[in-house]
Amino acid sequence: MTTPFTAALRAGAFMALMGATAASAAECIAPANPGGGWDFTCRQIGRILQEIGVEKNLVQVTNMAGAGGGVAYTHVVSQRNTDPELIVAASSATTTRLAQNAYAGMTADQVRWVGAIGGDPGVIVVGKDSPFQSLADLIAAVKADPSKVAFAGGSAVGGFDHLKVLMMMARAGFDNARAVKYIGLDGGADAITQTVGGFAQAMTGDLSEIQGFIRSGDVRPLAVLAESRVAGFEDIPTAKEQGINLVAMNWRGLYAPKGISDAEFARWTEALQKVGDSDQWKQVMAENGLAPYTLTGAEFESWVADNIAEIRAISREIGIIQ
Amino acid sequence: MDILSNLALGFSIALSPWTLLLALVGCFVGTVIGLLPGLGPSNGVALLIPISFSMGLDAVSALVLLTSVYYGAMYGGRISSILLNIPGDEPAMMTTLDGYPMAKQGRAADALVISGVASFYGALMATIGLMLLAPALSRVAFHFGPAEYFALYMLAFCTLGGVGSNNQAKAALAAALGLGIAMIGLDKTTGMPRFTFGELHLMDGIDFLVAIVGLFAVAEVFHFIESHGKDSAIGVKLGRISIPWRDLGRTQGAMARGTGIGFVAGILPGAGASLGSFLAYMAEKSVSRNRANFGKGTPEGVAAPEAGNNAAAGGALIPMLTLGVPGSGTTAVLLALLLTLNITPGPLLFTEKPDVVWSLIAALLIANVMLLVMNVPMVKVFVRILGVPSWILLPGVTMVAFVGIFALTGSSFDMLLMVAFGLLGWICRKLDIPTVPIILGILLGNAMEDNLRRAMVLSNGDWTYLFQSSISIGLWTAAVLGFLAPMVLRRFLKKPPMPATDSFDRD
Repeated sequence: MTTPFTAALRAGAFMALMGATAASAAECIAPANPGGGWDFTCRQIGRILQEIGVEKNLVQVTNMAGAGGGVAYTHVVSQRNTDPELIVAASSATTTRLAQNAYAGMTADQVRWVGAIGGDPGVIVVGKDSPFQSLADLIAAVKADPSKVAFAGGSAVGGFDHLKVLMMMARAGFDNARAVKYIGLDGGADAITQTVGGFAQAMTGDLSEIQGFIRSGDVRPLAVLAESRVAGFEDIPTAKEQGINLVAMNWRGLYAPKGISDAEFARWTEALQKVGDSDQWKQVMAENGLAPYTLTGAEFESWVADNIAEIRAISREIGIIQ
Repeated sequence: MDILSNLALGFSIALSPWTLLLALVGCFVGTVIGLLPGLGPSNGVALLIPISFSMGLDAVSALVLLTSVYYGAMYGGRISSILLNIPGDEPAMMTTLDGYPMAKQGRAADALVISGVASFYGALMATIGLMLLAPALSRVAFHFGPAEYFALYMLAFCTLGGVGSNNQAKAALAAALGLGIAMIGLDKTTGMPRFTFGELHLMDGIDFLVAIVGLFAVAEVFHFIESHGKDSAIGVKLGRISIPWRDLGRTQGAMARGTGIGFVAGILPGAGASLGSFLAYMAEKSVSRNRANFGKGTPEGVAAPEAGNNAAAGGALIPMLTLGVPGSGTTAVLLALLLTLNITPGPLLFTEKPDVVWSLIAALLIANVMLLVMNVPMVKVFVRILGVPSWILLPGVTMVAFVGIFALTGSSFDMLLMVAFGLLGWICRKLDIPTVPIILGILLGNAMEDNLRRAMVLSNGDWTYLFQSSISIGLWTAAVLGFLAPMVLRRFLKKPPMPATDSFDRD
C-alpha cells in the first residue's frame, strides 16, 4: 500500500466522517468506545470548557478504543507528540496499565499529566439479602474459606477493580492473593447484575456506576474506599472507619502530549482548574456520585509517579508482573 | 390507564413539527448509514452525537434525532444485504442468506418490502413490549449467570448445522475458525494477551466489523472480478414493483416468531441483535414447512431475521434503561448519549425521570412509523442500485468499506486485516464453506469463553455447575435437540425422497 494512497484515504475518511473541523479546535481523545468513563470525561470537560468560555469552539471528542487505552497512548506518543490542541482522558485504569507494562513498554513519563478533577470512590457492595453485614463479616468469610466468596468487578483480572479487592485483603492481613476469587465482567453494571442475581457474593466498583442500585435497594454497600464519607451517601461508612486503611479513588483527569511547551501545558492546567471550579462541574459530580479530588500540574505529575510505583509493587506481589 | 397517560406525556414532549423534521432527517441519514458496509448503527449514532451538540439541540430533540438514526440504521442494514450480498451491519448478516438469492431471481423489490414490513413489525412489537414490561423484564437479566449465558451460546453454535451449506462439517469448520479468531487478544480471566505477537492493535482482539466487511464486501468484490459478474444480482432484470400482499400474508407467522425470539435475545445483555436474528432464522427454518427452500430465496427467510434483529434492537433498550447495561454496541452509544445529557440509566430511571423515558418511547414510535412510510415507496429508489453499472458500483462499495473501517479505529492496520479477511472469504466461497459461522464465532466466541471460565471460577472447577439451574437445563436441551434434529430429520426425509410439493414457493 503506497503512502499517498493511505494519506488520501485518511483525508477522505476524516473529511467525510469527522466533519470539516477548524484547525484551531481543541480535541479530546477518549481512549475507549462511547459509554465509558473516559468518554464521559471528554464529553463533560469538553462541554464545560465551551460553556465557561475557555474554548470558543466545540471540543471535538474522538473515540480511539484499543488495548485499554494503549492504542491512544501510543498514538499520542508517536504521532501527536507536539500537538498543543490535544488532551486525552485518563483515569486510574491508565496508570494501572502503565504500572503493569500493558502499553507495549511505554512509560508514564512519555506524556504530561495535566491533572485530575474529581474521583469516583471505590465501593464494596453485596446483594440485599447477603448475610454479610459489615466489611469485617465479608473479610472474615474470605479468610475462613476463600473458595466460598467470589467477587465480581468491571475490570479484567489485574485491573483496578481486582486490585481494590486484593489491596483490601492485603491490608486486612490476608496475603494469599491468588486464592481470592474474582470474576471480571464488561463494566460495573454487568458486574452488578451478576451480584444481584446471586452468582457472585460481593462486588467492587466505582460509586458512580452503582449509585442507582444502592438507592433502589438492590444492593447493600459495606464500605466506601474514600478518605471520608461521600456527600449524598453519608450512611455508607468508609473502609478506614472499619479498620481497613484503604483509599481507592478512580480519578478522572487528563494528560497531554510530552512535546508541548510549558506555556501550552500551563494553559491546559489552568483550563482544567477552571472546569474543576465551575458550578457545572460541581453539578456533574453531584449527579454522578463523584467526590472532589483536584490535583493539577506538577503536583499531579508527582502523584502519578507515586501511584504507579505503588501499583507496580502490589502487582509484583500478586504475580501479575515479574 | 397509566401507560396511556404516560404515553400521552411522552408524545406531548416529543411531537412537534421541529422534532418530526429531525426524525425525518434522522431516519434518512440512519438508513443511508445502515446500508453502507462498515458503517453500522453504533458508529452512525456515535458520529452524530457531536453534531447534535453543535446544533445546540435540547435533550428531547437529541433523543429523537439519534433514536431515528438508530432505528434507521437497523432498517438500512438489510438493503445492501439483499441487493449486494453485503450486510450493512452485523445483525443484517442473516438477511443475506435468503434476501440475496431473491434479488438474483429478480425479486429484490419483494424482498425489500417484506423485510421492511418485518422490520416495522419487530420494532413496533418490541417498543410495545418495552412500554408494558420494561420494569418487570429487567429482572430477567438477574437470572442469567455465567452458566446460563454459556448454555445460550452453545444453543447458537449447536443449531449452526445447516447455515448456508448442506455440509454440517463445513459449518462446524467455519465456526471453529471463528472461535479461533476470537481467541486473539487480551484474556479477561488471566489479564494476559494471547496470539497478539506484541502487536498493540491485536490487544483487543479482532473487531467483528473488520471481519464482516472483509468476508462479505471485499470477498464479494473479488468474486465479482473473477466471475466477470456472471453470478451476481447486478443488472438482473426486475419485475414490476408492487406490494407482494400474498407473501406478506404468508410471512406473518415468521414475523411473529422472529419478533418473539429477537425480543428475548435483546433483553439479555449478553446476547444482542446478531444472536436474535440468527436464532430467529434458525428457528424459522426448523419449524417451516418448506425447510428445503431456506437459503434459496424464500420470503420467510427474509422476514424472520429482520423482525428478529429489529425486535432485539428494541428489547436491548430494556437492560440499557433499567440496568445501565448496554446489550450491544449501539445501545452503548445511546447510553453514552444519555450520560452526556446527564441522565444516568439505572433501576430508578422509570420512576425518577418518566419524562425522559416516555419521550424516548414516543420518539421510537415516531421513528418506526416514519421509517415504514419512507421505506416502502423508497424501494423503487433502492433497487435502482442494481441498475448502476458494476464498474461504478463495486469501486464505490470498496471505497465505502475502506472508509468505514478506517473510521472505526483510525488505523491502517485494520484495513489490511480487512483485505486478508476478503481473501479468506473468497477462498471459503471456492470451497463452499459458509462464512456466517465464522462471523458468529468471532461475535460470540469471547463471551462464550469468558462465561465458561467465570462459571469455572465460581464453581471452583466443578463442571456440573453448568447444568444446575432450570434455565441452563432448558437451554442445553434445546441445544442438543437443535444439533441432533437436522441429522435425524435428514435421514428420515431422504427415504422416501421429499415430493416436490412446494406449491406455494414460487408465485
